[in-house]
Amino acid sequence: MGISGEDLMRAAAFLGAGISMGLGAIGPGVGEGFVGGKACEAIGRNPEEAGLLTRTMLVAQAVSESTGIYSLVVALLLIFVV
Amino acid sequence: MDVASYARAGQYLGAGLAMGFGAIGAALGEGMTGGFTNRAISRRISMTPALTRTMLVAQAVAETSAIFALMVAILLLFTDMAEQGPCAWAAAIGAGLSIGLGSFGSGIGSGYPGAEATWGVSRQPAVAPQMTTNMLVSQAVCQTPAIFALVISFLLMFMDYSKDPMWPYSAALLGAGLSMGIGAIGSGWGGGETGGAACKAFARHPRTKTSMMTLMLVGQAVGQTPSIFSLMVAFILIFSNYSGQQLTLHSTMAPLAAGICMGFGALGPGYGNGLTSTKACEALGMRPQNSGLIMRTMLVAQAVAQSTAIYALVIAFVLIFVV
Repeated sequence: MGISGEDLMRAAAFLGAGISMGLGAIGPGVGEGFVGGKACEAIGRNPEEAGLLTRTMLVAQAVSESTGIYSLVVALLLIFVV
Repeated sequence: MDVASYARAGQYLGAGLAMGFGAIGAALGEGMTGGFTNRAISRRISMTPALTRTMLVAQAVAETSAIFALMVAILLLFTDMAEQGPCAWAAAIGAGLSIGLGSFGSGIGSGYPGAEATWGVSRQPAVAPQMTTNMLVSQAVCQTPAIFALVISFLLMFMDYSKDPMWPYSAALLGAGLSMGIGAIGSGWGGGETGGAACKAFARHPRTKTSMMTLMLVGQAVGQTPSIFSLMVAFILIFSNYSGQQLTLHSTMAPLAAGICMGFGALGPGYGNGLTSTKACEALGMRPQNSGLIMRTMLVAQAVAQSTAIYALVIAFVLIFVV
């Protein structure tokens, strides 16, 4: 197959998008799971504070989600924009 | 070089990848079980036969994933895939990657329930039969990702691709292997840690057996979801029809990128969901009366942790269907 510069660039962009979203999803997945685990532990120990602990958990998970969203944005940029 | 030589080379490489990666997880898991058994025996020397029996049962289950890898490696060495068409080399390497990487998580994961079950039996000898049941159920669930990987390996090895063009189909088959192989690691490992925590907590509070089993199975089932996404993407990649397409480098790399994306994308959420349900089982062991609250918190946390796997699935679908 003949490979033009445009073709090579798009191929690299697709591979980059896959690698970006794939590797980028590892950290938030593990990190959010860790937060959730500690929240379960804390609620088991202190059930009357469940509301506060769940709120803190969701805030922490939202922050840790941000890197996953950065990866998503970069992947979408690589596929559709550049 | 002819198609047959390519196929042979791919098969040999695939066999090496399958058995090399496939041997890591099971050995680690079995080692962990053995180590904990020695600790348990030193605590209660009179229970040596019962503890040794539990250890051997647990290790046999953990060994399963390595045996899957061995089976695929032997099949790759001794079947002739050349008549499956010009993509046979990619199918062989994909099959090796799928079962090799896919059995890693399940092998190491199966070690956790075995380790905690032998330790638990030495703490609460009266509940040994129930403990063994608990251990086997949780090990069976954490073998599931390895079985998904085996299914994809068999599809890759035995389907007929002779009518499909070499490119981009070869890239799609490699992508299917990577998606399923890497995607199975997290779910297997996380599910195993959950099973281990459930066995440990059950030894602390034998009265919790029903609620513990429910919590463990729900947690493991949610943790299994990312590997099911991987399985779905692998199926789509294998059964896609690329024959009418104009061949370019970027349309060739898109399915490979989709496989890489979904594979790695399922690893983190799978393991993270396992971490959450591990701690939930521990919490239930400490405060059995709060089972409802713990289950609710666990499910909310797992749903949030799942979101990155869903992003990866979306990007994989975009790479397969849109671009």
